[in-house]
Order: sequence, then structure tokens, then C-alpha cells
Amino acid sequence: MDSFGVGLSVVEWGDSDGPPILLAHGGFDFAGTYDLLAPRLADAGWRVVSWDQRGHGDSDHAVLYTWDADIRDSLRVLESTCDGPVPFVGHSKGGGMMMTLAEARPDRCSAIVNLDGLPTKRTQPDVADHDRTRMLAEDLSDWLDHRRRIAELERKPGTIEELAARRARMNPRLDTGWLEYLVTVGARRDIDGWRWKLDPAMRFGGFGPWRPEWALHRMRGLAVPFLGVLGLVYEEMGWGTVPEDLAGYLPVGGRLVTLEDTGHFVHIERTDVVAGHITDFLGGST
Amino acid sequence: MTVSVTMIQHMRAELALHQLREGDGRPLLMLHGLGERTPGSVPLYADRWPGPIFGLDFTGHGASTVPVGGGYTAEALMSDTDAALDHIGEATVVGRGLGAYVALQIAGARPMLVKGAVLADGPGLFGGASGPTTPFVLAPSGLEAGTSPDPFALMELSRDIRPTDYAMSFLRQAVQLSDLQVPVTIAAVGRPDWLAAVASDPSIVFTPLESALENYASI
Repeated sequence: MDSFGVGLSVVEWGDSDGPPILLAHGGFDFAGTYDLLAPRLADAGWRVVSWDQRGHGDSDHAVLYTWDADIRDSLRVLESTCDGPVPFVGHSKGGGMMMTLAEARPDRCSAIVNLDGLPTKRTQPDVADHDRTRMLAEDLSDWLDHRRRIAELERKPGTIEELAARRARMNPRLDTGWLEYLVTVGARRDIDGWRWKLDPAMRFGGFGPWRPEWALHRMRGLAVPFLGVLGLVYEEMGWGTVPEDLAGYLPVGGRLVTLEDTGHFVHIERTDVVAGHITDFLGGST
Repeated sequence: MTVSVTMIQHMRAELALHQLREGDGRPLLMLHGLGERTPGSVPLYADRWPGPIFGLDFTGHGASTVPVGGGYTAEALMSDTDAALDHIGEATVVGRGLGAYVALQIAGARPMLVKGAVLADGPGLFGGASGPTTPFVLAPSGLEAGTSPDPFALMELSRDIRPTDYAMSFLRQAVQLSDLQVPVTIAAVGRPDWLAAVASDPSIVFTPLESALENYASI
């Protein structure tokens, strides 16, 4: 589909006549990272709709990337696929995005499920150029130097095993078989090997005027049913949110589920448990 | 009159760098305001600048690429400015409005390349807010692709968030890392919160635009 000239790849699971549910992936991921959870939700009767965010997966690489543009794209996906209010589910950055979209367009949201993307005052590693306020000179010059080089940057080719091993550095708790599967979805096969499709312009870190705690302060005002799922094992890709951070900030009546011995990718590590919580929370699709 | 226009490839955009005058010595780089473009001739305030004079059209403005799908930030325009500095080397930067905010940012981010930043009034000086705003998602159909200035730029950059301490962090870096005694000069009369914070710093000098440029030209 088209979002003001940026082509977005939309992925669906389940019966196209089922009630829609919108899933947003995390930063540096793609819709295929829901290939475990989404079929469970489809089995429960939902028409599951997700998309590759700009610069990710099979969607276009854009000239510009911002949080606001991601939110606008998500509204375009929603408007192009379904009417009326639907449940929003998001992992990590996608969880934060869905909370912003719900605040901006409460008429389109019936419930929110946030998978390990609950805000904290800490910085958020997968939200490039958004939630960082570190303003050390070297951060700034590194960022500018990176942008000077973008035109010549290309992702490094490798075998499926090599790309899976690289991703394992970001996803140390996920099993090799799953990571190798992800390569076949999130990477393309060139003559000299596989390359992640992710725009090489994207990088961890960055900076900007936004403060992580602002999202925390706004969460309380969300009026729809709210389910938060937190993995309690800290990971570098995670946001480091602990239940105590959320005291007083969860929406009224909001539910928080914490998962022991589970890292940031709760929907991959504990697919059945998380799917069960979501279907319980949403009360089934009908 | 414009001497030449160079198209600089930066990220996935082509940026129009206009040379308005040749000269000897350090270049002057002009940054336009929101919705503006580089003027066709040297403005009066810069007429006595002895060195070459350049003007950059930001992404989505003037003769630079108008990208599809928006996504503008002041930080991306700072990166545009960095690409221009990569091309022309050390320069004094004068910014109008939004360009003044970007000039402050690049003075902090590239303190050894920016030999003085002058912040002047102009469109986009005020920005959106100093703190969080209610999220606003407008996805209007019928926006004309390729229009310059890009309507997305006008929409997004007129409501960008400029916390005062964020602006101050750029100033502090400029002050600490530049080899100039006065790396930033305020010529603007307008006082949005970010600029009021910057103006309260003891390192700041207030000078009319022409005098500010004369001061930097003499360094």
C-alpha cells in the first residue's frame, strides 16, 4: 500500500472476514517477526494485520524517518485495511507507536496490548533519533559522520547462518532455528549472499528532543482496555522497564502481566503464553 | 546573482547549494527559514561579507529533493547543513527562523567547522512547543507530491518540539568546543522559549545582523 509515496508492505494472517487486529513490530524488526504470534491470534478468529515500517522489511527505504512519520504510516495502514475501532498490539517501539496512535486517534482504537514496549524514564535503544537525549559531542559527530556515508553504505552479505549469528547478538535468547528462519523473511538473497533488507541508513542510538518520560506521563490518559506484558530479564534491545517504573502511570483498570525468565521478545520466547493473555484480555474475536 | 548551483548527494536526497557570490576567505553559509529558499541574490545584510557566499536549500525546499511521505526534523536539516559544510569546509553560518535553530544545532555539533553562527528572525523561529504536545496524525489525501516547499515540511517543522535544555546543550557544546570566544550571536528579536534560554547564557552576544557578520568576517 501507499503512504504518501512510501510503499509499505502489509502482511495479513487469518480469515479476511474476521474482526481486524493491528500489530506493530519493533524497531529493526519487520512484520515477519510476528510469524509465531499472529497465527495463534488468527486461530482465535482474528484477521491479523501488520506491516513493515518504512525502511524495514519489504517496505520502501525512505529519505526521512521520524516517529511522527511512522505514526502517520500506521494510520494509513489502518485506514486502508479496516474501518472502526480495532485492537492495537505493538512490541517494543511498536508498542510505543500504538500508544501514540491511540492517543491521537482514540476513535480507531478499541484496546491496547503493549508487548515489552512500556515506557520508562530510561532510553530506548530501538527508537532511533527519537527518545535519546544524550548530547555528547561524539554522539552528534558520529551521527553526522554516519549520514555523510549513507550513500555508499550497503549491508554486509553472508550466509543464512552468518546473518542469523549476527542477529543473535541482538537476540541472544532466541533459538538459532528461529533466527535462521527470520533471515529468509527479513533478508534478500543477492548474488554474493544474503543481506538484511533493513535500510542501512538506520542505526541504533541517535538523539532528539523527545524524552522517554513523556510517554510515561501520557499513558495514564488512555481510556481503552489496556494490557501490558513485561519480560523481566533485561536485554540490550529492551527498554529496561520494571514494574515499579509504571506505578501510578498505567491507565485506569490497565492490566500488567510480568513474565519471569523471559527477555524482550516476549511474543517469540513465550508465544503460547502471550497469545493466551491476549485472547483472554480481548475476550476472543467475537 | 547566483554564480552556480551544486547538487550535493546526501542520504537519498539531492541538496541544492547555491553560490551567490565569489570571494576570498572564509565562506558564509546562509540557511533559510521554514518554507523559504535561498534568495536569488546576496541579501543586503551580507553584502559586505568578503568571502564566498553560499545558500543551502533544505530538503523539501527550493531546488532540493522533495521526498515522499514526510518525516522532517530539525535534526535532519542539521544533517543537510553538515553535508554543505562537507562541501565548502569551515564557514560562518547565518540562519533565518528555522534556519537559526538549525544554525545553533550545527554550531554545537560541528564546533570546529562552524566559525560563528548568527541567529536571525525569520519563518519557523518559534517552532511548535517546548515540551510534549498532543499527538496529531493527519493523513490527508490529495497532497500534491513534489511541491516545493513540501507541505509535509511546513506541517512537521512548524510544530517540532524544542525543549530549552535541549537547545542549551547545543550551545554548551559550541561554547566548550569551538575555538571562538563567541561562537553564537543572536541577531533575532523574537524570543521563543528555546531562544530565550540561549539568550540568557553569559556567553551570548546580541548584535544586529550586519554587525554580527562583520565581527565574524574579521576573525
